[in-house]
Amino acid sequence: MDTHDIIRVVGVTKAFALGKMPVQVLKGVDLNVATGEYLSIMGPSGSGKSTLFNIIGGLDKPTSGRVFIDEVDISQLDAYELAWLRNRKIGYIFQTFNLIPVMTALENVTLPMIFAGMHSDRAVEKGRKLLADVGLGERFLHKPSELSGGQQQRVAIARALANDPAIILADEPTGNLDSATGGEIIALLQKMSRERKVTIISATHDFKMLSVSDRVVWILDGRIDKIEHRDELNISLGTIQERHEPALP
Amino acid sequence: MSEPENRRSRSNISRQIVLPWKKSLEMAFSSLRLRFFRSLITAFSLLLAIAFLSFTLTNTAIARELYRLHGQIALPLLTQAGYVFDAAQAVINAGPKELWLMILSLLVCTVGIVNAQLMSVTERFREIGIMKCLGALDRIILRLFLLEAAILGLLGAGAGSILGLFAAWGAAMLQYQSLNCTGISLAPLLAQASQAWGIGIGLSILGVLYPAILAAKLQPVIVMKEEY
Repeated sequence: MDTHDIIRVVGVTKAFALGKMPVQVLKGVDLNVATGEYLSIMGPSGSGKSTLFNIIGGLDKPTSGRVFIDEVDISQLDAYELAWLRNRKIGYIFQTFNLIPVMTALENVTLPMIFAGMHSDRAVEKGRKLLADVGLGERFLHKPSELSGGQQQRVAIARALANDPAIILADEPTGNLDSATGGEIIALLQKMSRERKVTIISATHDFKMLSVSDRVVWILDGRIDKIEHRDELNISLGTIQERHEPALP
Repeated sequence: MSEPENRRSRSNISRQIVLPWKKSLEMAFSSLRLRFFRSLITAFSLLLAIAFLSFTLTNTAIARELYRLHGQIALPLLTQAGYVFDAAQAVINAGPKELWLMILSLLVCTVGIVNAQLMSVTERFREIGIMKCLGALDRIILRLFLLEAAILGLLGAGAGSILGLFAAWGAAMLQYQSLNCTGISLAPLLAQASQAWGIGIGLSILGVLYPAILAAKLQPVIVMKEEY
């Protein structure tokens, strides 16, 4: 079973220097993520959730401990290797979409493929296909400012899938969307993860997101508080909603 | 991934992330076009400084041509116009005041470019961070900024040096009315103007170097922060 773990986090700690006082944000986190798994990371702000998320994504380095992606220790990689990892292995999806504003939807999707050395015609062809897959077949020549939030997030999903990554990291992907659009985006992410066997890791507050997750990792005070599987989740979901959304009918 | 394969791919990794020159040029052009007014302001500071440089340089060339054509007869008029006659080498040189003005205008222009480019880098923090998340290397970001500066320099300094050349010619026509200007050869004038053009391109690239290095060194994690 161990060989099927795409991500292994081993004893990761992270300390920031806040003035002269070092602040321990992560106090030793161990986590294995299986290939094709849909994992959500939950936790209040300040819990170290974002830090853990950034470390898994190769955007930040741990103070101690190791993170393996495909059995490669990413804390040991140099700048070139990290760029390669971000380009080929990981797709990022952000709360604020983060499309490049001066480029069209198609150009945004083809950029990672161009970086990967793919021929321009081939990249355009694949970009068109990806945009059609996420339901934006017609609007590929629009700039991000001419697209709605949901459409921008669809472009971002197509871009994240451009180089057939093993992992997609989604940071609050529904945070800037209304409930219905958020639901569509979640369904799309789930569909992509199943069809393409992509591992999805998302940091989220959205309970719709939890119900499609295979596992939910709760972070509290820099440690893993608990890990819940989907079957356990259905039982406790009522209590979560009671605690956080009492107004729900 | 097997161990030998792993090694091989690692050693080639720096060549595996690419941005072809054609694509880089396309991106630099479209970026300049889409930020037209900002580009225009940067180009304008360059244009004015290079126009002044080109004016001074070609004016001196005209003075030298007049001395070549008319000899001693032209000297009183030229010294009155502020030129210094170097008797030892029998050449006309620009006066110290002109030299100072030239150096100062170039300095101001360089500072102006650095300032404008720093602003544009700050504006584009997020965009640069996104590109890095997509796998862009430092040198790709650096190249994009340098290309933009080179294009701006080519256009801005080009227009400036032509403007300076025409202004110098017009001024000379007025100033040296009493002398016959028909024999003046254009070659030294054009040489001076293109020298100004070259200096302009150099200054533009020099001015963008620090902001571009700053941009290239940005960490991709900045896109996760809200404030940019």
